[in-house]
Amino acid sequence: MRQFLIKRLLVTIPTLLAISIIIFAILALAPGDPLGEFATNPAITPEVRENIRKSLGLDQPGYIRYVKWFAAFIRGDMGYSFNSRSPVAELLWQRLPTTLLIVGTAYILGLLIAFPLGIISAVKRYSATDQIITTIAFLGFSIPPFFTGLLFIIIFSVQLGWFPFIFNSTLQITDWQSFVAQVRQSIMPISVLALYHAAILMRFIRSAVLDELKQEYVTTALSKGLSKFAVIKNHVLRNALIPVVTLIALDIPAIFTGALVTEQVFRVPGIGALLIDSIYRSDTPVVMAITFIYAILIVLFNLIADVVYAVLDPRVKY
Amino acid sequence: MTAVKQVENNLWLDSWRKFKRDRSAVFGLVVVSIITFAVVFAPWLYTTPIDKIDFLASAAPPSGEHLFGTDSLGQDQLARILQGGRVSLTVGVASMVVAIFLGTLVGAIAGFYGGIVDGVLMRITDLFLALPQLPLLLLIVYLFRESMRQLAGAELGVFILIVLLIGGLNWMSVARLVRANFLKLREMEFVSAARAIGAKPVRLIWIHLFPNVLSVIIVAATLSVGNAIITESTLSFLGLGFPPDVPTWGRMLFEAKDYLESSPHMAIFPGLAIFLTVLSINYIGDGLRDAFDPKQ
Repeated sequence: MRQFLIKRLLVTIPTLLAISIIIFAILALAPGDPLGEFATNPAITPEVRENIRKSLGLDQPGYIRYVKWFAAFIRGDMGYSFNSRSPVAELLWQRLPTTLLIVGTAYILGLLIAFPLGIISAVKRYSATDQIITTIAFLGFSIPPFFTGLLFIIIFSVQLGWFPFIFNSTLQITDWQSFVAQVRQSIMPISVLALYHAAILMRFIRSAVLDELKQEYVTTALSKGLSKFAVIKNHVLRNALIPVVTLIALDIPAIFTGALVTEQVFRVPGIGALLIDSIYRSDTPVVMAITFIYAILIVLFNLIADVVYAVLDPRVKY
Repeated sequence: MTAVKQVENNLWLDSWRKFKRDRSAVFGLVVVSIITFAVVFAPWLYTTPIDKIDFLASAAPPSGEHLFGTDSLGQDQLARILQGGRVSLTVGVASMVVAIFLGTLVGAIAGFYGGIVDGVLMRITDLFLALPQLPLLLLIVYLFRESMRQLAGAELGVFILIVLLIGGLNWMSVARLVRANFLKLREMEFVSAARAIGAKPVRLIWIHLFPNVLSVIIVAATLSVGNAIITESTLSFLGLGFPPDVPTWGRMLFEAKDYLESSPHMAIFPGLAIFLTVLSINYIGDGLRDAFDPKQ
């Protein structure tokens, strides 16, 4: 197992390197100057501009800038934000926990909804229950999360007044009351994401369980006299999980995409919202760091999915 | 020769018969046809201008005069949705063409030649699958929008950029599907027979192998149209799509999100347009998958 882990970890390094080169190349090839906003400012003379460029290392060729950037990134130094002048790493550490908390909670919730529903609809295939569940799932993954988000705001904030309209990012959890407020404002973004993932996962789980139910070992187990519940719990589920994990791994970029959009809808102060703000402000160091952080997260979760896969399926050679 | 033609006919006819029995797929086909028809013939059917500003009727709810209400500038929402549909559907179809072209090409070459070629192409595919799609898309649109605008005009430049990007980031699943099918097919006897009588690789790929994966490609193509529409709407919703004077469904939602309290209709109609279109396309794709599946 340890060997498998090490091997898998080594494979991720070239992937991350390649992604970082791609991101860097896009930024290097882009027309326009990252210092464009200074160009229109008459108070800054060309000499000062040149000095700023030099201090930021922008006068050097691309590959040297890349190597420098990468070496610094590994040490945790992501440069300084053009806009707020604070270190990018600091900005990211403020924002990352919010994103991970929302994505994580939403995903676990999605799994909790999707598993029972997927299994029920596979076992009762073609029944009315199955049709209702699959139809809802179909509707669920055809609605883009940003529209669900707006609908939730219209229904639950504007019409019913149950939840606050906009996420209050300055809220500090100090006592029970502020904790409740935090939970109340997190409910809508989390449920939008959870429902979206539940819809996707439900379809994966249903088809995986259906494939397993056809297998002969199921017939054998049933004819031994095991109850249907026991067969599903002990035999079918573990086997059905294998393809589900593969599909989840393929879906990981979509998870972070959904989170980015949801953060923007509810103004949740996560890295997605920071990315959009930084793009608007041409804050290149922040944009670059966040894009790369997304890549790292995707590669990391792919790695986790691979490990889970290996644990579930003993046929995978370590 | 005639016998061959008849079999082929029956295959497509069979699939069509199966497709017709699938109620949700037929629903999808009908809705997509209506939306396409309305959007294509909109300028003749509904003549209200999309950009007539009327502050007296700004953010008005649906009424006889403005069936879907008006936006914050008093512009007619129905006209804008119809115009937005033209953009969204065109982007969807054009990105699909790019994605399918790239995916089929990569998948066919990898699956047909195997070996090192396959290894390299599949590593590239894996790399693309690991890319953070939306952040990258936002970044590239943001950085290159201005130069594309100068190159090909405000609307066309952004259109080309968005289509190439969405297509260029969505070909991977098609490539994998085509490759897997090619790997399976190329070991079959009819391919060996064709090879034995001297068919060249290009002929083998396009005449013998490709028709056998066409049904897989059609299903993937259908679903990727829906995907592309969602991606384009997401870009516009984040304010990084087409210029503000081009109404797209995502852009309309972007503008509506500041008026959710006073005029929710501004968000509901464009949102429903995206939802209905994508839902119908997904239903068609699902129906096609079942219809092409010989096991069913």
